[in-house]
Amino acid sequence: MSRTAESEAETARIRRNWALATPALLLLFAGAAGPLLVVVVYSFLTPGDYSGVEWDFTFDAWVQILFARDIFDDTLRLADAHLTIFWRSVKLSLLTTLACFAFGFPTAWFIATRDRRQRGLWLFLITIPFWTNLLIRTFAILEVVRNQGLLNTALMKLGVISTPIQILYTDTAVLIGMAYVYLPLMVLPLYAAIDRFDFRLLEAGYDLYASRWQVLRRIVLPIVKPGIVAGSILVFVPSLGAYVTPRVLGGGKNMMIGNFIELQFGQGRNWPLGSALAMVLLVIVLVALLAYVRAANRTGGVDVH
Amino acid sequence: MDSSAAVEARHATKTYGQGSAAVTALDDVSVAIAKGEFFTLLGPSGCGKTTLLRLIAGFETPTSGQILLHGADITADPPNRRKVNTVFQSYALFPHLTVTQNVGFGLQMLGRPKAEVAATAAEMLALVRLEDFADRRVSQLSGGQQQRVALARALAPRPEVLLLDEPLSALDLKLRKQMQLELKRMQTETGITFVFVTHDQEEALTMSDRIGVMSGGRILQIGTPRDIYNDPTSRFVADFIGETNFIDARIEGGAAILPDGTRIDIASGDGQGRPAAGPATLTIRPEQVRLTDPGAGVPAQVRQCVYFGTDTHCHLALPGGETIVARLQNPPGGSVALTTGETVHIAFPPGALRVLEA
Repeated sequence: MSRTAESEAETARIRRNWALATPALLLLFAGAAGPLLVVVVYSFLTPGDYSGVEWDFTFDAWVQILFARDIFDDTLRLADAHLTIFWRSVKLSLLTTLACFAFGFPTAWFIATRDRRQRGLWLFLITIPFWTNLLIRTFAILEVVRNQGLLNTALMKLGVISTPIQILYTDTAVLIGMAYVYLPLMVLPLYAAIDRFDFRLLEAGYDLYASRWQVLRRIVLPIVKPGIVAGSILVFVPSLGAYVTPRVLGGGKNMMIGNFIELQFGQGRNWPLGSALAMVLLVIVLVALLAYVRAANRTGGVDVH
Repeated sequence: MDSSAAVEARHATKTYGQGSAAVTALDDVSVAIAKGEFFTLLGPSGCGKTTLLRLIAGFETPTSGQILLHGADITADPPNRRKVNTVFQSYALFPHLTVTQNVGFGLQMLGRPKAEVAATAAEMLALVRLEDFADRRVSQLSGGQQQRVALARALAPRPEVLLLDEPLSALDLKLRKQMQLELKRMQTETGITFVFVTHDQEEALTMSDRIGVMSGGRILQIGTPRDIYNDPTSRFVADFIGETNFIDARIEGGAAILPDGTRIDIASGDGQGRPAAGPATLTIRPEQVRLTDPGAGVPAQVRQCVYFGTDTHCHLALPGGETIVARLQNPPGGSVALTTGETVHIAFPPGALRVLEA
């Protein structure tokens, strides 16, 4: 067969494959981009009187994200409440990620250093909460942290405190709840990274005068970094949009972006603002992801073998 | 023991597991390695040589006994407090660092100034001839180059003792030969005490000042390569180093008597631990077996001859039926002319024949 005939056959093959994949690609595109497009369009419309939207093009929803219009003189001022919610969401999500790492790293290390036959069992135990409904898990945490709950009762019985600590309906409760709910998402990628780690490097580190802390910081953490990045993203992103956990454990007051968006589509009856907020959330997530991935690449991206 | 030793093990014993499942990896080993010496621990896998190395490095603590570095007891010190560095069998290079960063790691951990770390790293890379690869990642290097980086990394902090755990085993034959010479050169240039672990007897013979032959968790014999090869004190050492023949015999009145009554004269005043009378094993290297004129020596029948280029390997049956191998050098342009079934006469030069315990 001549070279041109060969390449023609190759071209025909590629064209046929594309044709075969087209229906699936169209469905994927419509399914992924379609709803997003609806949200984008809605964010530029006027809220309807009871719900839904009126087809009047306006930037109002986008303005309302950061500014509130004074009822009396129609001037704009910064919407402090909104900024507080944004800030709380980002702060709590970062703290959740940190907490998940602090608990997840030793856990993943523990599992990865067990006998190979035992690891499956340990991983299964880690994922068990996943088989339970999120709402039920959240109420379980509520039962632990409430004033007459497990934690306070135990502390009072032990005589550590005399009156219950108010944890429920504070940011701390939301943090505890989210860290508990998202912990497996940190443990699994960390485990995968530590499992690939060559433990002989630890001896090489000690041999070259590194202390345990230096071995951890200079050798282990840089090498398992891809796992840390993956785990952090998997925890941070859903934390930022968390809805059930802050609702149940934070009470009505300590809202996060997720609850705030829900409010706009429910009682607030401001679908355009809800849509605009959803877009803002998406942008924050994308920016955070980009920043993280770039930081990870800059400081010694590990060659994957 | 010698107090000028660079590193010394005193009655070092290492047992893994407990009770009936206990395995003794190292059994009451005492050895003193002199400063500036190239010392090789040689033995088959599972003989305890790597365990001894790991005790010196500090990765394991002995069940009993002591490890001394320049006379100071370091048994309880963790590896990062011992002025000892290791070249690992797997190299264990840090994949996230460049070649230079790998080499400088030890000095950096010791808190040396940046300029000194950089200068020493460059100097070490020059020593192993890898100057052009300084900024590469280790995954971009060949096996032989990684080996050199491992060596430079371990040498950079100027350890008092360098431990090498079968560092050449992953290299191909040609590269291994070349690295053997380079290792010897570096050891001479740096003057650092090398403790080298290998199961390759040829490697041990070509590089070492002294060899400790190990088996079953014990050191059977310590000596120069020449001593170990020419004057093994046990059947195991004779068998493990090079090829050799074993002949069962009885010692009587300064001569060895073969089972069929043939008398062979042996050199008197042989080393300690050799039986002076009673059952014994005779050993002789194939290349030291000589043919002699009829009337002298021991008669033997040619069973088979195999041509090997420089020499011919002949299997010869002794009167008692035992077969020994003689490696006979071929004359220029020809080969040893022996035919199967022919009777020859073997001479055992007294210095070549060794008497061992049966």
